[in-house]
Order: sequence, then C-alpha cells, then structure tokens
Amino acid sequence: MKHTNKNILWKWKMLSLASVLLLWFILSLIPRTSRSFPFLNEVLPSIALMIQRGVLWKDISSSMIAILIGFALGFVSAIPVAFIMAWYTPVRNIIEPWIQFIRNIPALAYVPLIVISAGVGRRSQIIVIWLACFMTMSITIYQGIKSIDVTLVKAARVLGANDFDIFRKITVPATTPFIITAIRLGLSVALTTLIASESTGAIAGMGMRIRSLSNTFETAPMLMYIISIGIIGLLFSKIVDFLERRFTGWQEKIEA
Amino acid sequence: MAGENRGIKLKIQNVSKNYDARNAKVTALNQVDLEIRENEFVCVIGPSGCGKSTLLNIIAGLIEPSQGKVFLDGEEIKGTGKERGVVFQQYALFPWLTVLENVKFGLKLQRLPDKEATEIAMRYIKSVDLEDFVNAYPKELSGGMKQRVAIARAYAVNPEVLLLDEPFGALDAQTRAQLQTELLNTWQTEKKTCFFITHDVDEAILLASRIIIMSARPGRIKQILDVDIPYPRTQETKNSAKFLEMKAEIWNEVYEEYLAVIK
Ligand SMILES: Nc1ncnc2c1ncn2[C@@H]1O[C@H](COP(=O)(O)OP(=O)(O)OP(=O)(O)O)[C@@H](O)[C@H]1O
Ligand SMILES: [Mg+2]
Repeated sequence: MKHTNKNILWKWKMLSLASVLLLWFILSLIPRTSRSFPFLNEVLPSIALMIQRGVLWKDISSSMIAILIGFALGFVSAIPVAFIMAWYTPVRNIIEPWIQFIRNIPALAYVPLIVISAGVGRRSQIIVIWLACFMTMSITIYQGIKSIDVTLVKAARVLGANDFDIFRKITVPATTPFIITAIRLGLSVALTTLIASESTGAIAGMGMRIRSLSNTFETAPMLMYIISIGIIGLLFSKIVDFLERRFTGWQEKIEA
Repeated sequence: MAGENRGIKLKIQNVSKNYDARNAKVTALNQVDLEIRENEFVCVIGPSGCGKSTLLNIIAGLIEPSQGKVFLDGEEIKGTGKERGVVFQQYALFPWLTVLENVKFGLKLQRLPDKEATEIAMRYIKSVDLEDFVNAYPKELSGGMKQRVAIARAYAVNPEVLLLDEPFGALDAQTRAQLQTELLNTWQTEKKTCFFITHDVDEAILLASRIIIMSARPGRIKQILDVDIPYPRTQETKNSAKFLEMKAEIWNEVYEEYLAVIK
C-alpha cells in the first residue's frame, strides 16, 4: 500500500516537472517572452560561463554566509525576546505592535537607512537579514509559547513540578514545533530578503549578480541564478522537514 | 468521637470562590463545608457550572479560594503537592512523551533512579493493561487508553488523595463501564481517598461510598448521601434493588437542580 502510494506520488512529481518544462519551452519560443525565458540549452551552459568568469562560487558562498549569519543572529535573538514577551505582558504590549508594524514593510524600503548608519557592504547586508528573520521568528515562537495547553502545565504541577521543571519539561518540548516552524519561516524570509540585503553595495552575491546581469541583459545566467535561489530554498525546506520528523514526530497531524 | 475525627483526610472549611468575569462577579462556590474520611470514595454530582471543577482545583491547590481553607491531615494546604493526584477529563497526557515516559514523569521529578522509576511505572502500566503500548505516543491511543495512562500516571506517584474531574466523561458507554470496573478494582486493592466528579448518576452510585449533590450556582452542597451497598462492587451491582432505589432517589434531587439551571 505504502509502496504504490509512493509510486503514484513520484509519477505526479514527474508530470509536474514535465509540464513546467513544457511551459518554459513554449515561453522560450514566443517572441515576446523568449528574451526573458531562454530555455535549458542556454541556461545550462551559463553555469560554466559564470564559473569561468570566476564568480559563481563566490556569489553562492557570499550569499550563503550572509543568510546563515543573519538567520543565526535572528534565531538567537528571537528566542529570548519571544519568551520575555510571553511571560511579561507589559513588555509584550510595548514591543509586539512594533514588530508587527515593521514586519510588513518590505526590507528593500529601509535598506538605505541601514546603509547610511552601518555602512556599505557585509555588515548592512547581515543586519537586513537579521532584522527580517527576527521579526518573523520572534512572533512565531511567541505565539507558540502562548498556545501551550494550560492543562499540561497543571498536570505537571500536580505531579510535583516546580517552575524550572515546567520550563524544561513542558515549555521547551511544547514550543519545539513552533520553533521549527519559525526556522522554516526564518530561512524563507532570509532568502526572500536576499536581493534587498545585497542592494547594500555587496561586492558579490547571488542577488547582487542578478542585478548586475540585468544591466547587460544577460538573461540566461540571470535565470540560472534565479533557479539556484529556488533550489537553495528547496534544500532549506528539506533540512527543516528532517528536523521536524526528528523532533516533533509525536505531534498529531492531519494527513493530507 | 475522637476516633472518627482522626479518620478525616480532607477538610474543606467555609470555602468560597469568586471569579471576576468580564462584566460581573461570578460566585462559583459559596461557603462550602465538607469532610472526607480516609480511603473514602466520594462522588460529586451537580449541574454544569455549579463549581465542581472549581472545588476540585482548590483541593488540588491549582487555584486559591477567595475565602476559607482546605486541610489535609489537619494541615492547611499551600499550592499543589504530590500527595494529591489529579486525573483530568481531557487526559492531559504529555504528547511528546511515550506511555512509559508519561507514567514515569512524576517519579523522575522525585529524582528516583531510572531503573526504579521504570519498574514502578511498568507495574501501573500493567495494571491498566497497556504493556503492549509502553512505547506508543498518546496520539496512537484511543480515548479510553489515554485515560488509563492518565490514571496509571496519577497512581504511580502514590498519592494519598486522588482527585478525578469527570475522567470518563468523554468516553463511550462500553469503555466507560470498563474503566469504572478497573478503577473500582484498583481502588479496592490499593485504597486511596478519592474525590470523583461525574454527571452520571449510575457511575456515582457504582463507585461512591458517599455522594455529594451540589446545587446550581452559586455552588453549595445540597445533600450528602451514604451509599449502603457493600464493596466489592461490579457492573452487576447496577441491577440490584438497592442500586435502583438509590438511583430514583438521587435522580429526583439532581433533576431539581438541573431544572434550576435550565430556568
Ligand atoms: N477562570 C474562570 N474565570 C471566570 N469564571 C470561571 C472560571 N472558571 C470557572 N468559572 C465560572 O465558575 C462557575 C463554575 O465553574 P466550574 O468549572 O467549577 O463548573 P463545573 O461544575 O465543573 O461545570 P461542568 O460540569 O460543566 O464541568 C461557572 O459559572 C464558570 O463560568
Ligand atoms: Mg467541570
């Protein structure tokens, strides 16, 4: 039963891939869209071209460093802020509206302000990703802490748990699914603010490269970079899927 | 009598509880006085919202009364304590722990060595017939099985008083009957003072040595009835003349209160 299920799923994936390739191929034939969507035969060789220019690995590693540092800082700062918001209502009342307010502003809009203060380059780039990750992750984790079932806390109390036990044995495991969701959202936000963060005058990076290629209308390598960002996103979500299975297998799930 | 007095396990003295609801003060309990003897099985019955859970939570130490005191063995209670175990209607199993880990939870808090904790937990898991599910997570269990785990978990820390808030309320009739029998058997072999809330008159008579009928809001004790049916009892007890007689009597009392709520 399981086996056939997997087989069917696999078939759908292939069909989905084939339809997108077909659509892409058609777009590459229509004169109006052909310049924006060169087909695989042009996009694949652009990998070699960018390697030859000596920028591909530099761009990927530069972007990844910024994403990972920004994300890590966002994560490390979001956790204590989320707990403080959940435990101290006055703090929550003061901070939360502002996190919600800033969260909805596209990072691209405030990048110049950050550059003016923090300077051109790496530092600003990381700050932009950090901010965006922090906003999303602190709110998600905060909501997780808030949604802990009070009956579980009561059940632990009557079994003899003190405040520290409650934190260690109830709060931490109960919020783990939300922390993992926060990681998922944080990584995705880090990727989507990549272009904005690299408009801080980065000297390398996938976002920066896409902009510079657009100046010379080199659409094949541009498309290659765009697809690469998508693939990195896919890899991130696979990693989070793994964490989810590993740490929250106990969760009740509605099967799709 | 002095001898009688020494057997008092729980003393609820003049307990009242007011809640500050959104726009009014709700008096959930109004000057409740009650004494529960050691190893007694008390069932509390009464209309919805009359303050049964509130009273149980006060005895458990999970909420504080607005007025009055609760004494355990003559000493005023302060907060929760492992000598008072609770079984909740919503099972309240820790979903991230297996059956065994759930039952071990309280034992580990007492810093018991792992081996010993496992031994004790296994004994209670066996007593509720779940040894095939020791490593299952709560999501893999039926409602009845979950409540069995919760009962094993409460028993494992060996409390002196067991507080049960409609523990079988969410179960179907058959599972309910089965768990009643199991609880009776457990209680008959390992006596504890039980404070058991239910809406089910049959359940109350089957289990209790005394039934407390509470009146509609504000919650007060309306009547206390002794159940003169000797233990050991089984599901067959429900067919005895004495049982049916009591049932009619209690129904009249309870029905009055239910009507008061509907009005
Ligand atoms: N935390 C709370 N805040 C405000 N009012 C409350 C709170 N808890 C209970 N109440 C009110 O106190 C009254 C008694 O509630 P309680 O839960 O003790 O009733 P109950 O007898 O257990 O009812 P049920 O049989 O439906 O479980 C109800 O009117 C309820 O609305
Ligand atoms: Mg209740």
